[in-house]
Amino acid sequence: MNSVCHFYGATEVLRDISVEIPNGRIVCLVGPSGCGKSTILRFLGGLELPTKGEIMQLGDPPEGSLNPLTYVFQDFALLPWRTVRGNISLVLEDHNIRGEKAEAIIDDVLERTKLLDFKNALPKQLSGGMKQRVAIARALAVKPAVMLMDEPLSALDSQTRELLMEDLVSLWTRQPFTAVYVTHNLAEAVRLGHKVVVLSRRPGQVRDIVEIETPLAERKTGHAEMEKVQDKLWDLMRDEARAADEELVNV
Amino acid sequence: MSDISAVSPGLRPVTYRGGGFVPSPRRWVGFMVFVLLILLAEWGTRTGWISQLTLPKPSDVLVTFQSLYDSGLLFKHLGPSLGRLFMGALIGVSAGVSVGVLIGLFTYIRSGMVPLVAAIFPIPKIALLPLFVIWFGIGEGSKYALIAFGTFTPTVVATYGAVDNVDRTLIRMGQSFGLTWFSIVRKIVLPGAMPGILSGLRISLAIAIILLVAAEMLGAEYGIGAYILEAGSLYDLDRLFAGVVILSVLGVLVSASIGLVENRLLKWRV
Repeated sequence: MNSVCHFYGATEVLRDISVEIPNGRIVCLVGPSGCGKSTILRFLGGLELPTKGEIMQLGDPPEGSLNPLTYVFQDFALLPWRTVRGNISLVLEDHNIRGEKAEAIIDDVLERTKLLDFKNALPKQLSGGMKQRVAIARALAVKPAVMLMDEPLSALDSQTRELLMEDLVSLWTRQPFTAVYVTHNLAEAVRLGHKVVVLSRRPGQVRDIVEIETPLAERKTGHAEMEKVQDKLWDLMRDEARAADEELVNV
Repeated sequence: MSDISAVSPGLRPVTYRGGGFVPSPRRWVGFMVFVLLILLAEWGTRTGWISQLTLPKPSDVLVTFQSLYDSGLLFKHLGPSLGRLFMGALIGVSAGVSVGVLIGLFTYIRSGMVPLVAAIFPIPKIALLPLFVIWFGIGEGSKYALIAFGTFTPTVVATYGAVDNVDRTLIRMGQSFGLTWFSIVRKIVLPGAMPGILSGLRISLAIAIILLVAAEMLGAEYGIGAYILEAGSLYDLDRLFAGVVILSVLGVLVSASIGLVENRLLKWRV
């Protein structure tokens, strides 16, 4: 991602953002609300075009990747009229994967997200945490090169969030994946990110990039080093967040 | 707790003020309303409180209905009517859903068609009957056309409203997983619009029954509409009411079957 700028009308939302997303790592984007985190993610996934600058992919996506850039949405975006199984097969159908082959993939991702028992449940029967797991399973089913996660845990309560974070860590430990993880929650960023990009308020600019070397599996809540990183991030963000909060929105 | 109330005399329970605003179905209540009204009419006509000219005796209507059934005329009238209703509504609803989806999806079709639909919606379709006769002949064609035309506009309006209301994040999700345009329409837009389309269908089909009678005003030998009109012109109130009852029952049946379809197709709704 190279010096990307973006305008909505006359409003400058992003200014000169350059971030590199290395393979097999989780990059977290944090910043105050309205700084354009989600916009960056839409650029990365090709759902929106930046006014200036370019997004480049380095190298070819791995063999068998059906949808190299795959989203996990904040509000899950599950089709309410399809079962868990149907929601996952939805994204395989268009790649002409049906029948046994599809069934094998579905069983595999459901097994990895511990959802096998809920294969035939409708989304309305599931809790928020379960729904997000289905969404993650669906994203895994297309073997993404990069997972683009837009505040995936923000709609969940804090216990569920904790559980899902553990699940994400164990998923990554078993089979490292590349992800861009947008969040406003510093604890999540510190827990899951190998690299934390701090954005300033509008127009969004990169304030700082913090690399965290501690392996994901060793990070626990209350881990001294993690606390230090989190405090450092908070210091970076505090004034920005306050200013963003007090800003009047003219929409 | 008891000793607290003993020592503090001002203690009283909080007044309950929640509840209500949640109507739930009670099937027998609707049935009772019908029965009560019919009993009232029967009692009124028998005692002379309601004159024979104002309202026929419900039991007489029943007798007329019985003879209609016995003579086999009932199905002779009902058959063609149901055929017209089915064909007309099928043409009108399928055209309406297709145009509604197109309006919901394409900018130019939307800008072009919405004013057109608004222009033809308020035209009383019955007024166009002579025109349909010229276009489609005096036979079944003009009857199908009238019913189809009448059901078309409400279906269009309901459908594009429903398509507008489909959750955009679901469509973004489809795009982000690389689904084809056609897949997104078939697997996300159409099922998502289904609740709105079905509730529009209730209105369209009721309109279809109304127009059925109008369609049979012209050159229909058999049909519920023809039967009612004939009875009406002879001031034969018993037969008139027998026909009206058939239409009402038809309306209730159509509404009930849409209810069944809703229960089946919309199980996923919260």
